Order: sequence, then structure tokens, then C-alpha cells
Amino acid sequence: MKLEEIAGKLNLRVLCCDEGLSREVRGGFVGDLLSDVMANSREGDLWITRQVHPNIVAVAVMKEHSAILLVQGGIPMEDTLSRARKEGVPILGTEINGFEAAGKIYGLMNP
Amino acid sequence: MSEIRYENFFPIEGGTFVNAGDVSSRIKSILKNLGIGSEVVRRAAIIAYESEINIVSYALRGNIRLSVTPDAVCIEAKDEGPGIPDIELAMQEGFSTATPMVREMGFGAGMGLSNIKKFSDSLEITSEVGQGTHVKTRINMAEAG
Ligand SMILES: Nc1ncnc2c1ncn2[C@@H]1O[C@H](COP(=O)(O)OP(=O)(O)OP(=O)(O)O)[C@@H](O)[C@H]1O
Ligand SMILES: [Mg+2]
Repeated sequence: MKLEEIAGKLNLRVLCCDEGLSREVRGGFVGDLLSDVMANSREGDLWITRQVHPNIVAVAVMKEHSAILLVQGGIPMEDTLSRARKEGVPILGTEINGFEAAGKIYGLMNP
Repeated sequence: MSEIRYENFFPIEGGTFVNAGDVSSRIKSILKNLGIGSEVVRRAAIIAYESEINIVSYALRGNIRLSVTPDAVCIEAKDEGPGIPDIELAMQEGFSTATPMVREMGFGAGMGLSNIKKFSDSLEITSEVGQGTHVKTRINMAEAG
């Protein structure tokens, strides 16, 4: 499913890199422990997290995630955004929590 | 010993997270450009990242040596730093001495070394307290497909 479709249906805010909205989301992963995300997420995943610091961009690039979704109103640090722009990693945001976001996205992708 | 196709050393500065992940990112693209299989690249990227972050988190400075032979990808992290007093304990998932500042960023789950073990075919750690740490890993080309 395209990132754009998920963003539209869930009313996600695009905090960075609209040009990445055409990316294909192949799955998802929820995690705030970077070693867990490194080891267990997959390429193409939409990564759902509460972390907002610049290191999340490095992880998303390494894992070739389709995008990062910051839940519970998480606001990325300025350095996070500039690094994401440089790398072209889309960052989305929502007020809902990780449980709800994951459930809704899972439902969309597995109707 | 089989012939070396590629070898390089990447220096890493301890204590600053500003560029954390850059070296492993470079290692990943080098391996991709060499045409290494995607599963080996995936495993090497995890090992390189965890090694890099450990140097950044705990050591003063260090480097990662990447070498590629027709049979294997080897990633070796060497640092000058406090060393690891009890390697067996450090290897246990969940054990961490990460500072609160490091934990706040989502590091310090105590999973890095176990991930390095899990995604490598061989792992050798040697360390001298007050001197530094040497983490040597190998991923076999064939077994990883
Ligand atoms: N290069 C190193 N120098 C000194 N101590 C180290 C080094 N690497 C690891 N350690 C010690 O081993 C512990 C476990 O390391 P490991 O990478 O498994 O987990 P972590 O770094 O604490 O958390 P995570 O990797 O999950 O973010 C560390 O907390 C630290 O005490
Ligand atoms: Mg670690």
C-alpha cells in the first residue's frame, strides 16, 4: 500500500519529505529501542515510534524503512528534520498513540 | 586464507551521537556496490551499526575495519576506552551500563552485543579494562544466502 493512502486515510501530518509519499509500505514495526528496531524491522516497513531525535533517521536509512511515524504528538527535533530532508526519509505525525496507529494501519493493509 | 576483495578502516569518534550511524551507512552501501547478497548486507549492516554505536556510547575513539573476501564479510571494531570487565555479563540481553542520556535516545536496551552474536557466524570479543575492546565478527557468504 502507498504511504500516501495511509497518510490520507489516517489524516497523518506530513512533517517532512512529501516527495516520499509515493513510497510503497510493505509492513510496519513499532519500537522505541533502537537495537530492537535495527534487528527486527524489515525493509519497506513504516516505523512507528515515540523517539524524536536525529538517530531515528540513521536507523530508518539503514533499514530502508518506507517512513517514520511519530505518534502521540511527537515533534521531531530540528536536526531530525534536517537529517531526514538530506536523506529523503518521510516523517509523519499523529496525535493518536502507537497502539491505535498500529491497529488502524494494520487494518488498512490487511482488510 | 582467501584473497581480500575489499578492505578499509573507518574511524569513529566516541561520545558524540551527531554522526552516529554514518560509518555503518557507508559500510552498507559499499557492500551493496560490491554486489554482496542482500541477506549478508542486512546482517552486516546490523553488526556494523551496533559496533559503531557501542564505540560512540562507551569508548573514547575507535575504528571499524571492513574486509570482504569471496567467502566472507568481516567486521572488526576496535576501540580505546574503558574496556569490558565481564564479557559474559555484557553479552547477556538486557545488561547495560548506558547513561540516562544515552537511554533517553532509545539506546541501552542491552541488545547490541546479542544482536551482533545473532547475526554473525563467528564472534570473538577481547577486552582489557582501561585499554579498550576488540569485537571481531565474520559473516559467511554461503550460509547466509
Ligand atoms: N566498546 C565497548 N566498550 C566498553 N563497554 C562496552 C562496549 N561495548 C559494550 N560495552 C558494555 O556492554 C554492555 C552491553 O552492550 P550492548 O551493546 O549489548 O547493549 P547496550 O549498548 O547497553 O544497549 P543497546 O546496544 O541495546 O542499545 C554495555 O552497556 C557496556 O557496558
Ligand atoms: Mg550497544
